[in-house]
Amino acid sequence: MNQFDTIILGAGPAGLTAGIYLSRAKRKVVIIDKGIPGGQMVLTHEVANYPGFENISGYMLSMNMKKQAELFGAKVISNAAIKAVNLVDDQKTVTLSNGEVYSAPSFIVATGGRSRQIGVNGESDFTGRGISYCATCDGDFFTGKEIIVVGGGNTALEEAVALTTYAKKVTIVHQFDKWQAFNSAIQEMEENPAIDSIMESRIVEFRGDEKLNEVVIEHIPTGSTYVKPIDGVFVFIGYVPNTEDFKGILELNQWGEIVVDSTFQTNLKGVYAAGDSIVKRYRQITTAVSDGTIASLNVAEFLNSIE
Amino acid sequence: MTLYTNLNHVETAEQLGKIIQENENVMVCCGRMGPMCVPVYGIMEDLEKSGKYDHVKFYDMLFDSPEAGIIRNLPECRGFMGLPFTVYYKNGKVVKATSSIQNLDQITDILDDKFEN
Repeated sequence: MNQFDTIILGAGPAGLTAGIYLSRAKRKVVIIDKGIPGGQMVLTHEVANYPGFENISGYMLSMNMKKQAELFGAKVISNAAIKAVNLVDDQKTVTLSNGEVYSAPSFIVATGGRSRQIGVNGESDFTGRGISYCATCDGDFFTGKEIIVVGGGNTALEEAVALTTYAKKVTIVHQFDKWQAFNSAIQEMEENPAIDSIMESRIVEFRGDEKLNEVVIEHIPTGSTYVKPIDGVFVFIGYVPNTEDFKGILELNQWGEIVVDSTFQTNLKGVYAAGDSIVKRYRQITTAVSDGTIASLNVAEFLNSIE
Repeated sequence: MTLYTNLNHVETAEQLGKIIQENENVMVCCGRMGPMCVPVYGIMEDLEKSGKYDHVKFYDMLFDSPEAGIIRNLPECRGFMGLPFTVYYKNGKVVKATSSIQNLDQITDILDDKFEN
């Protein structure tokens, strides 16, 4: 058994920040993540709004945060194969598939979120073969081609504009009759002659052979469908919190986000949550860092109270 | 120019040819320092460190290098439109290739299936 003061599940900005604060306060901390450190931050090409850095890649910012946590003594386990998590008992535990068990009286859930997928036939088959979730990564594969962007928020509209650098035509498919973006993003999109839009519609099937060739689009109000030949589809329809493992254990809202009190404690004593997995309006690296800070300070107080 | 990872880098097509001839099991991730590629490099680094896959050699290669044509133009990568291109070689032959981001389970499934120890 590996005994710690706090187990932090998730090594994104919230988890790493909590790790920095608690280990600096001489608490024994382990940060465990199913993926690599950084969470969604590592999937960000350029971060230009994190104070102190005019411009830094999400990868470098992640590595800096991890290094800082480790310098203060936190143990960081990445790409962990997690077999079981117990949050209910006084001693919370995480069991890995290699048999290692980590135990602590306090716990911070900082599991973050992930990009939402459309969830229709062909999506997994054609991911990387015409379907993408990253314009900066894959945009140049679609130079001179016709593509669809799915979504109606700021990210979808901004990425649609950015993709016109490569694609000759971009069609935005959006499920509602109004955009969910800021006026500035809408205006920039509408002024771009290479962009048009299909409202109140959704993709219900992806088709192709070696790569994506066409999509089936449904007009939602009427239910009518038609086939549209297309070279590529970029999907930007928001995020889902990584909280499936806590259903029935932690209090979640209707979107699966963890409900916390003003101290970031969940419905379970000694179990705190921070970052993109909790109920909140704005999801930024800076807000995750703030959550991690506040949660860790309250965890420190909790640990003092039980000693 | 190379990628700033802790993996061994393949710089030339000739070097890759030598590596796959001299090693039974080789995994090469060909990409950039971008959001879809970095998680794959991170998984490879951890797998290399773990010691569980000592029978596999892990490498990365810069996608934009002219030398990376040896991977970009593989028939197994035809139709790929997402970075990174990850290629698995056994005894010098391509046994699997994937496009775009892959998670730990997807990668270890391939390693366990194609490079049985």
